[in-house]
Amino acid sequence: MVEPRKQQLKTTVLILSVLSALTGLILLLGSCANDTIVLDPNLGGDTTRAETSRNSFGLPAPTLTNEQRRTFEVGDSFFTQNWVSAPASTSGRDGLGPTFNAQSCSSCHTLDGRGAPPDPDNNEVRLGLLLRLSVPGSNPITGIPLDVPRYGGQLQDRSLLGVPAEGTLRVHYQTVTGSYGDGTTYELRVPTYEIVEPAFGPLPDNILTSPRLAPQVIGMGLLQAIPTESILAAADPEDINGDGISGRPNMVWDERLKTTTLGRFGWKANIATVEQQSAAAFHGDIGITSALHRLENCPEAQTACVNAPNGGTPELTDSRLAAVDLYMRTLAVPAMRNHQDAQVIAGAQLFDVYGCASCHTTTQSTDASDIAALENQTIHPYTDLLLHDMGPGLADGRPDFLANGSEWRTPPLWGIGLIDDINGHRFLLHDGRARTFSEAILWHGGEAEPSKEMFRLASAQEREQILAFLEAL
Amino acid sequence: MHFNNTPKKSRLTSFRLVAGLVVLTLFAAACGGDDNNSADETLLNDAVATYVAGVHAAYETSAVSARAMDAAIDSFLTAPSQVALSAARQSWIVAREDYGPTEVFRFYGGPIDNEQTGTEGLINAWPLDEGYIDYVEGSPNSGIINNPEDYPQISSEVLLELNELGGEANVSTGWHAIEFLLWGQDLDPTGAGNRPFQDYTTNANAQRRSQYLSIASDLLLTHLDELVAAWAPGGGNYRATFEALDSQEALALAFTGIGEMSRGELAGERMNVAYSERSQEDEHSCFSDNTHNDIIGNARGVEMVLFGSYPGGVSGTGLLDVVADVDRSLAKQLRGEIATSVSATRAIPAPFDQHLLDGVSDEDPGRRSVLTAIELLETQTDTIVAAADALGIALNVS
Repeated sequence: MVEPRKQQLKTTVLILSVLSALTGLILLLGSCANDTIVLDPNLGGDTTRAETSRNSFGLPAPTLTNEQRRTFEVGDSFFTQNWVSAPASTSGRDGLGPTFNAQSCSSCHTLDGRGAPPDPDNNEVRLGLLLRLSVPGSNPITGIPLDVPRYGGQLQDRSLLGVPAEGTLRVHYQTVTGSYGDGTTYELRVPTYEIVEPAFGPLPDNILTSPRLAPQVIGMGLLQAIPTESILAAADPEDINGDGISGRPNMVWDERLKTTTLGRFGWKANIATVEQQSAAAFHGDIGITSALHRLENCPEAQTACVNAPNGGTPELTDSRLAAVDLYMRTLAVPAMRNHQDAQVIAGAQLFDVYGCASCHTTTQSTDASDIAALENQTIHPYTDLLLHDMGPGLADGRPDFLANGSEWRTPPLWGIGLIDDINGHRFLLHDGRARTFSEAILWHGGEAEPSKEMFRLASAQEREQILAFLEAL
Repeated sequence: MHFNNTPKKSRLTSFRLVAGLVVLTLFAAACGGDDNNSADETLLNDAVATYVAGVHAAYETSAVSARAMDAAIDSFLTAPSQVALSAARQSWIVAREDYGPTEVFRFYGGPIDNEQTGTEGLINAWPLDEGYIDYVEGSPNSGIINNPEDYPQISSEVLLELNELGGEANVSTGWHAIEFLLWGQDLDPTGAGNRPFQDYTTNANAQRRSQYLSIASDLLLTHLDELVAAWAPGGGNYRATFEALDSQEALALAFTGIGEMSRGELAGERMNVAYSERSQEDEHSCFSDNTHNDIIGNARGVEMVLFGSYPGGVSGTGLLDVVADVDRSLAKQLRGEIATSVSATRAIPAPFDQHLLDGVSDEDPGRRSVLTAIELLETQTDTIVAAADALGIALNVS
């Protein structure tokens, strides 16, 4: 399986210089024909907010009803406020841990934005990167990867007073250099991850790990409202159309339906719905139980964890989970900036020419939704919600349902130009290794190798145009 | 995202918004011809001048009453008694009344909630992880106070450091930490907390508790003084930066503060979350049962910015005057709405938590009073957004 693909890629790479030369011609022809594309700034349809401040990921869709807006505030409150140790007077907000990664959703999804990986150069603690754990194999019914004995499915690196944390995640970066077609050099950070001082005995030799960065959380309800059929229709698992891009749906365990359904969320499309993503994160990341995860996240061997007091059964009530779900689904997508700028428009055309849009699907439509504001919207998320082989450079080697160790879900690109305004950084990709748009593109491999190469070999001017386009999203 | 009362690293989380939140469309300047939306430049400058003087005065007033509280706490700790404890509690309530209105100066990345240097999380963090500080029911040995092994010394350095522990806070300082140490847990369904003064004499770790309270009070003063200094006249501080902004841009920040406070923060997070979730303890000053006053204080903050009438006798051109210059009827409408909403918050019977109990009907006068205030604050926010719009300020608030 692997060899033919490699050959195919090499062939593709060989013809790239030709393609690159053609690109300019195509664009030239495009502009001569005066059919310059028109960019729709309302990336989230009618839910879009024209906002560029540090709160531009945090606003409700303007089309919510008053009642929904109040529910949004409730969800916001439980997303943002810290959870505290039980028992506490704030009985609705106690039950943190016993082990956890963060005290609130917002401590990683800062301002509904993006978390940062640990900084290897100093001791400043940055929240936002966690490590999924498993051993080979999966549950025969659910397909969920198997837990690591004594540790579970995720490294919880913090804990309540008197309860041991599971260990510390440390990241090391090695710098590699490369060069663009015009000879300009660039540097990429290659991360390695280490679990320091595992608290419950040595980790098994066959442990599989997957670092996952907390992404921005805008527009998720719109993604959920894209009809399953449209997503499946774009899949091409055997690459029948021969474009080098497969696109596979992940099929995952749906905790509500108790069956296997299409996965849409998470870095490997490993979760079906926003509600289940939220509940899983409450449980795995903060140690908060809910109807979907009733038991505290304490492997049997962790006795102090098992014996610690809880904050109610469940700690997050059904109505609050529902409010968080509405909140997550109705966070507005910020409008595109500079959509009439010539550089941006040229970049959008290149985005198409390079084949980026083959996976980062420009336009999708939503169908029915229990939230009227999300219904029948034409949106521009720049994702197909499918899995793609991204090559060995990005591979985590850890399967997650149908996703293999090299596959990742195409992440949406809406709002990415605002991340640095909101979060003060631009750590991209699943583990934040990329520090710029260019680095993120240059990390693309596997199915995206040809597109990456077109970018790498492009003129500085074309690269600038692509970056201008991403900046405007 | 809602503003989050958490310190340090997650101060990043703590902005609901910031400078630049507001897109100035500056119609008149950009388009020449049509200057309907342009308020008189002198009036705009006067409004900015009133605002900065008002912010300074409001923080100064808060620092003065917090200093009186600190003195009352010192008296209590020097000679603990029930009477002295009651006096200290009363001084907290008085001081709290002056702090509440200043919260309207948040939400645009000013000194209180600047990304890097803001102290909101250290001053007003909520919810409080009280079990992180001291004993709670069912957990008699919990908290820093009862853990001399890990924390042999209780000092301001230790508390500030603990606030940063793990990259985000287990909140251990500020108004609510002091409140908890004065009142204790609110375990009485009909009243406030009732911590015995013996917690500061003969009960376990009394000396450490005493140190903790004293330091928490001192730290609050320090942080309030920093805010006073940031807004003081004389230059070289945030006030100077604010004054250097284009006047309309500066007023956009002031509008952001009132717009976000009015709906997202006050009507939404502080009132509706507690109201709709009926979470009796989902109220900010739960130990002292003083939440009703917090609500009034926040509503008054919006009022004072609109009217340009601040504590300490500062009075001048308010945002309403600027709005009136471009749309008299809109200003009149807003004037009426703000008066009504502040009255509505005052009309909520205390204690607030009685309206959150299970079994209390939505038709109960107390619950109705809460909902009425929420609705009025929401309506008023729409008018604030419209008023800003009339001035060419596009306000995107929650």
